[in-house]
Amino acid sequence: MTEMATLPSLAPLTVELLLAVGAMVLLMFGVFTGERSAPTITGIAVALLAVAVLMLAVMDNNGLTFDGAFIMDPFARFMKILTLIGSGVAIAMSVGYARAEKFERFEYPILIVLATLGMLMMISANDMISLYLGLELQSLALYVVAAIHRDSVRSTEAGLKYFVLGALASGILLYGISLVYGFTGQTGYDAIVAALAEGRSTGLVIGLVFVLAGLAFKISAVPFHMWTPDVYEGAPTPVTAFFAAAPKLAAMALIIRVVIGAFEPVTADWQQVIAFVAIASMVLGAFAAIGQTNIKRLMAYSSIGHMGFALVGLAAGSKVGIQGVMVYLVIYLAMTLGAFACILAMRRHDQMVEDIDALAGLSRTQPLVAFCLAAILFSLAGIPPLAGFFAKYYVFLAAIEKGLYVLAVIGVIASVVGAFYYLRIVKIMYFDEPDGEFDPMPMELSAVLGISGVFVIGFLVFAAPIIAAAGAAAASLF
Amino acid sequence: MILKPLFFYLFSLLTIGSALMVIASRNPVHSVLFLILAFFNSAGLFILLGAEFLAMILVVVYVGAVAVLFLFVVMMLDVDFVELRQGFLQYLPVGALVGIILLAELIAVLGGTLLAPDLAGSGAAPIPPVDQMSNIAAIGALLYTKYVYFFQAAGMVLLVAMIGAIVLTLRHKEGVKRQDVSAQVARSPETAVEVVKVETGEGI
Repeated sequence: MTEMATLPSLAPLTVELLLAVGAMVLLMFGVFTGERSAPTITGIAVALLAVAVLMLAVMDNNGLTFDGAFIMDPFARFMKILTLIGSGVAIAMSVGYARAEKFERFEYPILIVLATLGMLMMISANDMISLYLGLELQSLALYVVAAIHRDSVRSTEAGLKYFVLGALASGILLYGISLVYGFTGQTGYDAIVAALAEGRSTGLVIGLVFVLAGLAFKISAVPFHMWTPDVYEGAPTPVTAFFAAAPKLAAMALIIRVVIGAFEPVTADWQQVIAFVAIASMVLGAFAAIGQTNIKRLMAYSSIGHMGFALVGLAAGSKVGIQGVMVYLVIYLAMTLGAFACILAMRRHDQMVEDIDALAGLSRTQPLVAFCLAAILFSLAGIPPLAGFFAKYYVFLAAIEKGLYVLAVIGVIASVVGAFYYLRIVKIMYFDEPDGEFDPMPMELSAVLGISGVFVIGFLVFAAPIIAAAGAAAASLF
Repeated sequence: MILKPLFFYLFSLLTIGSALMVIASRNPVHSVLFLILAFFNSAGLFILLGAEFLAMILVVVYVGAVAVLFLFVVMMLDVDFVELRQGFLQYLPVGALVGIILLAELIAVLGGTLLAPDLAGSGAAPIPPVDQMSNIAAIGALLYTKYVYFFQAAGMVLLVAMIGAIVLTLRHKEGVKRQDVSAQVARSPETAVEVVKVETGEGI
């Protein structure tokens, strides 16, 4: 017989354990008390995520555990806090909608908590197997929440579409991972770096491209973006708000750690792929959004474009570039949640309205909401001195520092084109005649919108600590 | 030991014989039953090799799940296997070709370990010799120590899959009468029996 093996250190994954145990306890509670416990479980789930944020903020549990499969470092901490905030706010924003549309199900917040657990595992993945398992845990929960409004044809269609394409992407990713394993003999990131020290083979590059293709699907970067508008439009709006925020951040963190942590020796190879994906996403995000009339589809194209801008920083491959991406993601999170708080408040006679023209004359009916939304839209367009401008400024700065002028120039052009459709919404809100009022905004949505608006307008006040924290986090990767 | 070769030939003959019967028998249900027999005998072969974990997995997964699923499909769906077998001779050359390729690959794999015997022990986690540790203990020692994180993460993925399947398909039907044992037991004669005084010639 073997001697007793020592338990690996569990300190680095305290927060993951909290979420896993919390989700299972909530599940039991929900099963035994039935549907009427949905509001309680929603409240506890938000509290659970808030506690997780606090624990991450105060604890000092950096380290590598499980034979290097799981890593906790300042980068992971930064991205995990962002992701948890995104998930928590998304659950909180769903309360009013679920009540009005009568799909109050206690599984919804639990699935979001489990998806968040998967995201945390993705952010901390330091091995191809933990990468895949985290990704799959997150994706599986997302497929289910996309279809959770199962009496709605559009919701089930969105779920099915997302599931089929997601499974395809997982297959591509696994194929890439198997090629990488075949040509390096390793799955751990550190071991892959060591194996690449003697030079790379062509097979590894093919594997790398497949891995990046599979991951690009998860951040809906062009050319793997086709599912995004349909899924965003079909899924229930709070689910769309969730999709646009937290999973994007986690997948971006995952990509950053894979390319910097595992494929650092072949930077020149992945840089080309990332640069291409960035350009294609920025251009498509800018042009395809122009003709949209549905605000959720518009936000889908907007998020495709924004992921492209964030990838510009990654394409630079430098510490400043990663710092830029992280600042971008903070600002993206704030803007997206604020915008979706407005979209969720677009209700008329107890019906969701998703037409952009329904916003006409909002400045007269709800001036404060219109002002906040206008600020967020200006920020999404990247107009100084709002937050969105600084987001773009930092990634373009990193690209120029590395001599990627073409990338930066195309980015600026795409940003100008993209400004058109954001400004069009502002024009509709301020200069068109109102054709009816929205129902009054629920308290939780106005709180999210208010905080988002303050953050976007007063970014210069908060900028210094965020940029410093992002810098320290990015430094821990190199 | 004379017993070991004896059992080897017994299991091998039965495996090959039942495998032949799977494709030869006219009744599809018999085919599936012969398939189960083939699985059981292969499990016996694995035990002779000292691979008891594989033997158990074969019985649990293939016999317990896969073959029973086949049986369900065969019995539920009305598939006319006689008609399917019409073009047997026509497809024989293609089938034979596939079989020969498979055989060549098997020989290549086996030949590889014979040509380079040092490769056998060069995995990420080489199997310890059978006399030192049973392979269930070896798998357990690896799965619950080095790969415990992956094992637990896979468990969470399966939990989400289960929740998802229930969330998306379970519907509570309205108006279904269910047995409530506690309500039944709690009934007393006062709540269950109604005493009615019937007037003569009136009815209730």
